[in-house]
Amino acid sequence: MVVRDNTIPAVAPRLGEKKRRAFGEVPGLRTLAFCFLAFLYLPIGVLVAYSFNDGNIVMVWTGFSTDWYVKVFGNADIRKAALNSVIVAVSATAIATTCATLAALALARGGAFRGKGATLGIITLPLMVPEIVTAVATLVFFSSIGLNLGLGNVIIAHTTFCIPFAFMPIRARLEGMDTTLEQASRDLYASDWETFRLVTLPLLMPGVLAGAMLSFVISMDDFIITLMVAGAGDTTLPVYIYSMIRQGITPEVNAVSSILLLFSIVMVTAYWFTTRQKPGPNAH
Amino acid sequence: MANLPENAALRRTLALGPALAIIGIFMLIPVIIMASYSFLEAKSFGGVNWVFSGDAYVQLFYERMLDDSLRLSPGYLIIIGRSVALALVAMVCCLLVGFPVAWFIARQPLRQRNMWILLITIPFWTNQLVRTFAWIIILGRNGVIEVPFRWTGLLAPEQTLGLMYSNFAITVGLTYTFIPLMVLPIYASLEKLDFSLVEAGADLYSSRWETFSNIIIPLSKPGIIAGCLLVFIPSLGAFIQPDLLGGGKNLMLGTLVQFQFSTARNWPFGSAIAMILLAFVVVFLMLYARASRGSKSLEVH
Amino acid sequence: MKIKSMLWTTVTLTFAAGMAFAEGKLNIYNWTDYTSPEMIEKFEKETGIEVTLDTYDSNETLLAKMQAGATGYDIIVPSHNFIPIYIAEGLVQEVDVAAMPNFQNVKERWRNPEWDPEQKYSVPFHWGSASVAYRPDLYGKKLESYGEFFEPAEEVRGRISVFKTPEEIVNHAHLYLGQKFCNEDPAEMQKVQDLLLAQKPYVMAYSSEGMNDRLINGDAIISNHWNGYAYKGRLLAEEAGKELVYAYPKEGVIGWADGLMIPKSAENVENAKIFMNFIMDPENMGIQSNFAGYGGPIEGQEAFMDESLRNAPEINIPDDATVVFSFACNADAQSLIDRVWTNVLR
Repeated sequence: MVVRDNTIPAVAPRLGEKKRRAFGEVPGLRTLAFCFLAFLYLPIGVLVAYSFNDGNIVMVWTGFSTDWYVKVFGNADIRKAALNSVIVAVSATAIATTCATLAALALARGGAFRGKGATLGIITLPLMVPEIVTAVATLVFFSSIGLNLGLGNVIIAHTTFCIPFAFMPIRARLEGMDTTLEQASRDLYASDWETFRLVTLPLLMPGVLAGAMLSFVISMDDFIITLMVAGAGDTTLPVYIYSMIRQGITPEVNAVSSILLLFSIVMVTAYWFTTRQKPGPNAH
Repeated sequence: MANLPENAALRRTLALGPALAIIGIFMLIPVIIMASYSFLEAKSFGGVNWVFSGDAYVQLFYERMLDDSLRLSPGYLIIIGRSVALALVAMVCCLLVGFPVAWFIARQPLRQRNMWILLITIPFWTNQLVRTFAWIIILGRNGVIEVPFRWTGLLAPEQTLGLMYSNFAITVGLTYTFIPLMVLPIYASLEKLDFSLVEAGADLYSSRWETFSNIIIPLSKPGIIAGCLLVFIPSLGAFIQPDLLGGGKNLMLGTLVQFQFSTARNWPFGSAIAMILLAFVVVFLMLYARASRGSKSLEVH
Repeated sequence: MKIKSMLWTTVTLTFAAGMAFAEGKLNIYNWTDYTSPEMIEKFEKETGIEVTLDTYDSNETLLAKMQAGATGYDIIVPSHNFIPIYIAEGLVQEVDVAAMPNFQNVKERWRNPEWDPEQKYSVPFHWGSASVAYRPDLYGKKLESYGEFFEPAEEVRGRISVFKTPEEIVNHAHLYLGQKFCNEDPAEMQKVQDLLLAQKPYVMAYSSEGMNDRLINGDAIISNHWNGYAYKGRLLAEEAGKELVYAYPKEGVIGWADGLMIPKSAENVENAKIFMNFIMDPENMGIQSNFAGYGGPIEGQEAFMDESLRNAPEINIPDDATVVFSFACNADAQSLIDRVWTNVLR
């Protein structure tokens, strides 16, 4: 079965190379996209460069050194905080994305029902409340019901605010997504589960991926809510960095971030190479 | 949609269940607690006394003069207005940059599309605070931007371009922080867009602009709206960027709420401002609901 | 009482014998970059207690968190002006610090302070001061008064950095205007507000982070500062060939002192008490001071401190300078401060 997404490059030439160029490739768009990348990576470049700064102060360049990396690897607190962050982000992303996908599907494919608007409102609620209020409110609530699961408390809090972030791109993808293929699949006597697994999910995948990435990023970044909710020993990296920055930012902070960055680049590259030989995920 | 199986309602409930349960318990209840706090009396050192009081809301609109008399005051309304304005500016900046980029990515072959998405997400795997700090090194005195000017002598040692600690710096910071939240949803909706429709439209409409506004915009509307929401709402409550890049010279909604819960230790007032913020966002969301209903009717064609 | 001191003697003796006395855990919640790893390692080795360290960024965060019911911490380190709040709100336990054997090491000056008169709740820890620091090489003269900070001369306008929260800055204004702290007189607070509003156009940033960064790269010429942080800044500036001086204006500097306390919700109370006694030892506090860059309250700790810190002008207050300790204001005074601050920043 060939899914439509993959057919765009194949179909387009048949429609006339000239027109596709006229609307697909507005002049300067590529330049803009690369400028955008430069904008995204300029601070990252600066950050990485200054992690090799010899001096104690980030802003004043005094010479090249890798001492800060040695220091980071020797710092057990940072290692623990980083591990906590990854555990929280991965768990929260997995749970939130699953819940959000199910909810988005139910809303888009479940027909009309009473309370649809309210449901949508509840799901997007965590987006609307300022973080500090969520933070204090969640802590008050947790302590009043005596919830004390250690890192589990942080994961719950993160899952809660990650759900809308995962939900939005999935819903955006589902909205108006053609149901013809799903209908066709059902007509061919595929079970609902098969239809979901072989048709709906692959079609939905870019949305799910975008949602999962958003959740992960948001979770890795959060510190106000974590700062409040985290109990003893549950410090995450952003909380650690935040309180570190209060004392003046040292290249050590940059070194930590660079290591994280390297880690994610390695993951991405690995993904890139492992998917290379196989056909695209959408073709069956 | 007519031939849903009989147990569709049950299945829908089951699918919605986990998300609703998590948010209902861990978000809705805390928010209700906060809403009720906004009608209580503040305890001097944080927390609340369980005594009804409308003080928090009075404080929003009336200034208690230093001698305790009340006077109608626009002070907090100015803060609200300023925050809304900045969040809108950041949203527009994100949209103006984010849409063409998302469009460009959506037109790439599949593997390159995924690569672009990853490229956009990678910078955000580092910490927001550190990224914001990197901007200080870029925009600040003797920063990356100023250095060439100093070398060429265009900028005397005593002078500065004054990029840091300004609204400009806040806008750059907000745009930088939230732009993936704009690009990703727009991309998700553009990516599924049937480009043959666009081509057909190009034949129908005379100008490029008409094709754009009559076909592309309506078709990508859900993504645009989702992106705008995802940028606008957190920008409204943001406080890292105003603080670090703006120099904290003017209070924003986010910094104001933060201030009430920490230094001022006035939880009811903090909650009241949060409720106002919430009201703003709800209005914004209702507009969203209306707009997406509009886009749905378009999809029928 | 007798039994208690006997018990403590036993504890001390056990330490002396170098045996692991009590095993278990201890969760310390302290300011960032404020807990010496070397000191913690020594503590773990001597007692066999496993320490978990978490950090916070401000008194406000700590209080908001404790008020909201956070649990799991055995030691917290609020500043002196917050200590009475924790006591009044019933957030901490009575520990009878005065009965601990090492309490005899505490300098007379830091015993039974006004914020914990009977020394029933808190163990004295670092103390320091808040004032302003400046770049003499850019400023060109000695800073003598807060007037030069509040009403800056032409050449430093736009290069003034002020603390983010009103606590110290309002007190600095009080000192400059010759008023009392926690002022409840609206007319006097009006003067404070006028002063701060007049200063605002010349302020580059209201921030309590990165003061050293701003001073050293020349963004700021005068900045609100804490002494220990300025001490670190001076060493960094010297490395970069620049000058950074912590000023003692004639109006006085604002003093603060942190204390160790045990929250009501603590689970390892006995271990926390062992730690409290441990830190009142000159060597241990000396090691701790070296890391934090602040002075401490223990007699004889100087012998264990680095020379650069021992002789630091930031730590050793000059004879002609005055230190004024702030205290926690009541609700009325606090709300006046908040209103002034909101008016300045809106």
